Amino acid sequence: MANLTIEYKLNVFLVMLLVALPAIALILDEPFYITLATKVVILALAGVGLNLALGLGGLISFGHAAFFGIGGYVAGILASHSLNAELMFTLAEIEFQGSTNMLVIWPLALLVSALVALIIGYFSLRTKGVYFIMITLAFAQMIYYFAIAWPAYGGEDGLSIYVRNQFMGLNTLDPINFYGICFGLLMATLFLLSRLKNSHFGAALQAARQNEQRLAAVGIRPFGIKLTAFVISAMITALAGALFADLNRFVSPDMFSWHTSGEIMIFVILGGVGRLFGPVVGAGLFIVFEYYLGGLTEHWALFLGLVLLAVVLFARGGLVGLIAGEVKHD
Amino acid sequence: MTDCILKITHLQKSFGVLKASDDLSLDLRAGEIHAVIGPNGAGKSTLIKQICGELAPDSGSIEFLGQDVTSLDVASRARLGLGRTFQVSSLAMEYSALRNVMLAVQSVQGSSFRFFKSLAADQPLRDTAMDCLVEVGLELRADVCAAQLSHGERRQLEIAVVLALQPKAFLLDEPMAGMGAEGSKKLTDFLDKLRQRAPILMVEHDMDAVFSLADRISVLVYGKIIMTGTVDQVRSDARVREAYLGEE
Repeated sequence: MANLTIEYKLNVFLVMLLVALPAIALILDEPFYITLATKVVILALAGVGLNLALGLGGLISFGHAAFFGIGGYVAGILASHSLNAELMFTLAEIEFQGSTNMLVIWPLALLVSALVALIIGYFSLRTKGVYFIMITLAFAQMIYYFAIAWPAYGGEDGLSIYVRNQFMGLNTLDPINFYGICFGLLMATLFLLSRLKNSHFGAALQAARQNEQRLAAVGIRPFGIKLTAFVISAMITALAGALFADLNRFVSPDMFSWHTSGEIMIFVILGGVGRLFGPVVGAGLFIVFEYYLGGLTEHWALFLGLVLLAVVLFARGGLVGLIAGEVKHD
Repeated sequence: MTDCILKITHLQKSFGVLKASDDLSLDLRAGEIHAVIGPNGAGKSTLIKQICGELAPDSGSIEFLGQDVTSLDVASRARLGLGRTFQVSSLAMEYSALRNVMLAVQSVQGSSFRFFKSLAADQPLRDTAMDCLVEVGLELRADVCAAQLSHGERRQLEIAVVLALQPKAFLLDEPMAGMGAEGSKKLTDFLDKLRQRAPILMVEHDMDAVFSLADRISVLVYGKIIMTGTVDQVRSDARVREAYLGEE
């Protein structure tokens, strides 16, 4: 631990910044900043999910909105059934109830997104490059139009969650509590991802990005590695979606739209593709732009576009790469 | 039967009207180096690709260690023990030399679905990989990124990776390509020793290497094996001269 890398120091700084944000918000007497910070953390989590597929595996998924939306709708649907005190469905004489418990919602969001990712991945991972981008986009759009056309859960209007879902007796409507839950999940996910990145699986996944032929030639089937990564990636993004639903207490088909996929991808590219904290930086910058420039002009996205352009042209490793230099494998 | 490690029978592969493999039969026996030579466009690369599983033959079969592998994919054949090197080095370019070999070691261990344990801290795995680098004389370059290795070093690295797979047969696609005189000489000596570990099927252009190494040579012309024989038989065969040696 003697000579810590710049990236390590940057990561520590970012964690401390995230810890300090609620305090800063209170000192500045701007409680709304806590909500903004929560949004950053949740969107960062969605980006962390995509970063696993895109950054480590080189899988340019333009359909991660599907998983973000699934997470959101699982939360929304379970909560609405529970709040209306009606059964969800009956299967083999077992009655399935809704729930407002996050500890029920999250596992279900993970499960559903994993199943959907398995199906989407199974087909789309047979293609490469621009075809993979298009087929993941197509799957996500299919789900988007399905959500719009599904009147049981609000259709185009979306679905409101009247009270934020419950987590272990905390008052989740208190912004600091809810921020703490989201922050905790982000940290736990980042920790697991950092382990995964340096694990045997991580080595195989990153080799799949560099040279699939090589991976197959040593006897590791790239398809299985990539599909596994795609599924885990989807689950992380779905978890973020469930939190996002609770943050807004509202889900809408917009969560499934290709704009959302694009935004998640922007977090990753802005921050640094394949960098552990890249999506955190990317989502942070995105929200800062949206909030501050959005307050000045409705054309804030133009400035974001210029920044994105500059990053892609001059800093291929994103902002983290700009600060911490290129990735080194040992 | 047990003596025969790899057995290719009646392989057919056409690209349109071009017959790249035309009723091609060939075998590899324990302990030997079997070289396949032939002029450009004879179908040597197509043959290699079919053996390792990158291309499916139109008909015919490939048996490896007594098992029909014709319908298996590349990874499955590699796991059975078919160790292949590429004509143009195919490595994980961002990884160090050591990491490239470690990938092969973890494949042999079957540990690619470990998600939590650190690979870098897996000392036995590192040691095994390092031994393979030592064997090809690349240990001092272990930490150098594959993209920064010289052409010759990449070839050495490819062989180190294959050694780590502990293959039952080596499948070498033009191992001498671009090696230079001294490099070729070293590699020839190395391959000469390598045959004690597992038999070698190689496709090669370098006639000096082929004639000094091969126990048997098959001559491939327009997708057909026109003869298989010892070095002397091949050297003295009129058809071979006409088809191949005459052109060089």
